[in-house]
Amino acid sequence: MIVELGAFALILSLMLSVAQTGLSAVGGARRSPVLAGAGRGAAVATFVAVALAFAALIHAFVVSDFSVANVANNSHTAKPMLYKVAGAWGSHEGSMLLWCLVLTGYGAAMAFFGDSLPPRLRAYAIAIQGALGVLFLAYTVFASNPMERLLDPPVEGRSLNPLLQDPALAFHPPFLYAGYVGFSVVYSLSLAALIEGRIDAAWARWVRPWTLAAWSLLTVGITLGAFWAYYELGWGGWWFWDPVENASFMPWLIGAALLHSAIVTEKRGALPGWTAFLALAAFTFSMLGAFLVRSGVLTSVHAFAVDPTRGVLLLIMMGVAAGAGFLLFGLRAGSLNPGGQFRPVSRESAIVLNNILLSTATAVVLLGTLYPLIREAMDGEAVSVGAPFFNLTFVPLMILAFCVLPAGPLLAWKRGDAKGVARKLWTVLAAAAALGLIAYGIVQPRKALASGGLVVGFWLLGGALLEMGERLKLLRVPFAESARRARGLPRGAWGTTLAHAGLGVFVLGASFETAWRVEAAQALSLNDSHALGAYTLTLTDVGTVEGPNYLAERGIVKITDKAGREICHAEPERRFYPTGSQTTSEVAICPRVLDDIYVVLGERRAGEGGKPAWLVRAYVNPWVRLIFLGPLIMALGGAVSLSDRRVRLGVGRRAGEVVS
Amino acid sequence: MSRVRALLVALAAVALMGSASEPSERLPDPAQEARARVLFKEVRCLVCQNESIDDSEAQLAGDLRRIVREQVKAGRSDGEIRAFLVQRYGEFVLLKPRFSAGNAALWLAPVGVLLVGGVLMVGLLRRRRTVETELSREEEDRVARLLQDD
Repeated sequence: MIVELGAFALILSLMLSVAQTGLSAVGGARRSPVLAGAGRGAAVATFVAVALAFAALIHAFVVSDFSVANVANNSHTAKPMLYKVAGAWGSHEGSMLLWCLVLTGYGAAMAFFGDSLPPRLRAYAIAIQGALGVLFLAYTVFASNPMERLLDPPVEGRSLNPLLQDPALAFHPPFLYAGYVGFSVVYSLSLAALIEGRIDAAWARWVRPWTLAAWSLLTVGITLGAFWAYYELGWGGWWFWDPVENASFMPWLIGAALLHSAIVTEKRGALPGWTAFLALAAFTFSMLGAFLVRSGVLTSVHAFAVDPTRGVLLLIMMGVAAGAGFLLFGLRAGSLNPGGQFRPVSRESAIVLNNILLSTATAVVLLGTLYPLIREAMDGEAVSVGAPFFNLTFVPLMILAFCVLPAGPLLAWKRGDAKGVARKLWTVLAAAAALGLIAYGIVQPRKALASGGLVVGFWLLGGALLEMGERLKLLRVPFAESARRARGLPRGAWGTTLAHAGLGVFVLGASFETAWRVEAAQALSLNDSHALGAYTLTLTDVGTVEGPNYLAERGIVKITDKAGREICHAEPERRFYPTGSQTTSEVAICPRVLDDIYVVLGERRAGEGGKPAWLVRAYVNPWVRLIFLGPLIMALGGAVSLSDRRVRLGVGRRAGEVVS
Repeated sequence: MSRVRALLVALAAVALMGSASEPSERLPDPAQEARARVLFKEVRCLVCQNESIDDSEAQLAGDLRRIVREQVKAGRSDGEIRAFLVQRYGEFVLLKPRFSAGNAALWLAPVGVLLVGGVLMVGLLRRRRTVETELSREEEDRVARLLQDD
């Protein structure tokens, strides 16, 4: 019954989104507050209806109603409750419903909190958001309905892929989608402004908070995914340049470019066309991501819910939405006011350079991701484009961007003082270079390139701190005065510093971990020891354990340092899930401040003298925590900026609380 | 007890899998082993979902690792080993496509996009420069007079 109600609510939401589109569009065109108000009401109602449908689906998963095809295919009675709930968005159908939930949620938020938008722009934006809703809800209802019943329900479900039964991954899709689909608001606002023919500073002020929210959420989503890959896939990698990862990374890169260009448009009225273009591109890349991930046109380690037949539909939807957007942009771009002027040395120029590098990086990721498809279509040749290609192209582009980054916030708008900025920054450069040299001298084995990476990381971190120091006049005025300045500083300034510092933290972690990880693998019998860098591992026991829906072999590995002191007991497992006949290895991680000692239990084999032995694989991952901490600091920076009064005013008084 | 036995049977069934760091596969010479490990990252595990043979535990990845290790041991250069793999398994086996006529677009595009961006930026700045003109002598005098009037 509840499932039927859910199915009904889903169809209702499609009707409501049609109403939302029609009422808002006509309301905007005729300047009718009544019709536009009805459109806003329909936007909220659409969201409520989708939320009901989503709740019904979660309920079906919670009670393990296997008469629902989606539940039977993706759940199991023995699964822990968290993963039953998370199963609701673990499948293709469920994830598309989540997409619709977020899409209509943003539509409702615009209807609720857009009071400071000009009425006409708001009505158009809600109409366009509604049209996107129609597109995706129609797809969900007609081609990917998660409420479909089975005529002959099985007694037991087929369970969720055990690799996905993990807390980080349970929350990964909601964050990712909140980020992806957050760009739909920016898309709608841009199209609405293009229809009105007015892209200006006021428009940019509304675009910024939504971009900040979407980008920050996407940052958290990607970080959760990387963290999951790190500890679940069992070899300690956290980024593979896999098509699915690239799919989420492209909107992130474009979103980062948009964040910066929107500032230029807001503060200086410059680059309006480019900012609108990026706003359309961000959501286009989000849709491309959904298409790449869900259609399975590209092979990927992470493709878990794939259906090629529906890929064509998704491609058509993407073509319609992106095509309409860019067509309108092409028609209107010429008539846009070019806006404020600036000199080659200015903050505007720095941001333009940032945008060129980020866009080129996005183009590289796009081309690398799609190239195997292109080659195959062109001459039938199967080629692979993997991590080594991206490391050779993407990384240098980013390093170039990082080299100029600290100068950006120090430059004045319009006309900057290059010499003054250089005078301020040279101490940071000297300090970063000195720290890099020290690392080169003491960290064994010596690695010049990685030491260079550390210099870049320290440069970013130092640059961000220097910029904050400059704003507070730290050390130049009495401390009390600096503290007073700190209180008076807008949150946006703190956000900038946090985001740039977070990037530095990430670069430090990535450089250190990639270059200096230590690996050891050895078949150990009970009470055998093996050296891992400065540590010693001893396998003290192996037993069997019974989990809620798996059986496991669990090893107890004692880790001692050079002095023989025991640091921790690692308890890695090899799990066997009988429902899918799948084996996974559960990594044990001993955190050491910034480092991780990472232990994996391998299979049992015959050791010396016929005694049983187990392959124990272990890594010391130095500074690995920074890799995940850095992006979280960046996301925090976004959230702090979002709470800035000046930004909040743009979307109404309480929008900051809602979207963050 | 039968569940434990079921577990052991199940785990034994997958015991054929090995990782790149498998001790029994390793080359005795650490320098050669290190070279092999670098090469592993460039070679695709053909049956896997976009994994290098350094990451994969699949049996085929193990076979490819054995081939690469043998070649390294026999003193072949990295280029020779790559050529050997391509000849045997096609371009698909390399995660970093070789520079060739077919792949020129892939390798040159980043430079091309960057150049286009640079040209656009220079154009943008130049257009701005012509729009933005300094005040002429006369205008400055007028400004000064207007300010004095206040």
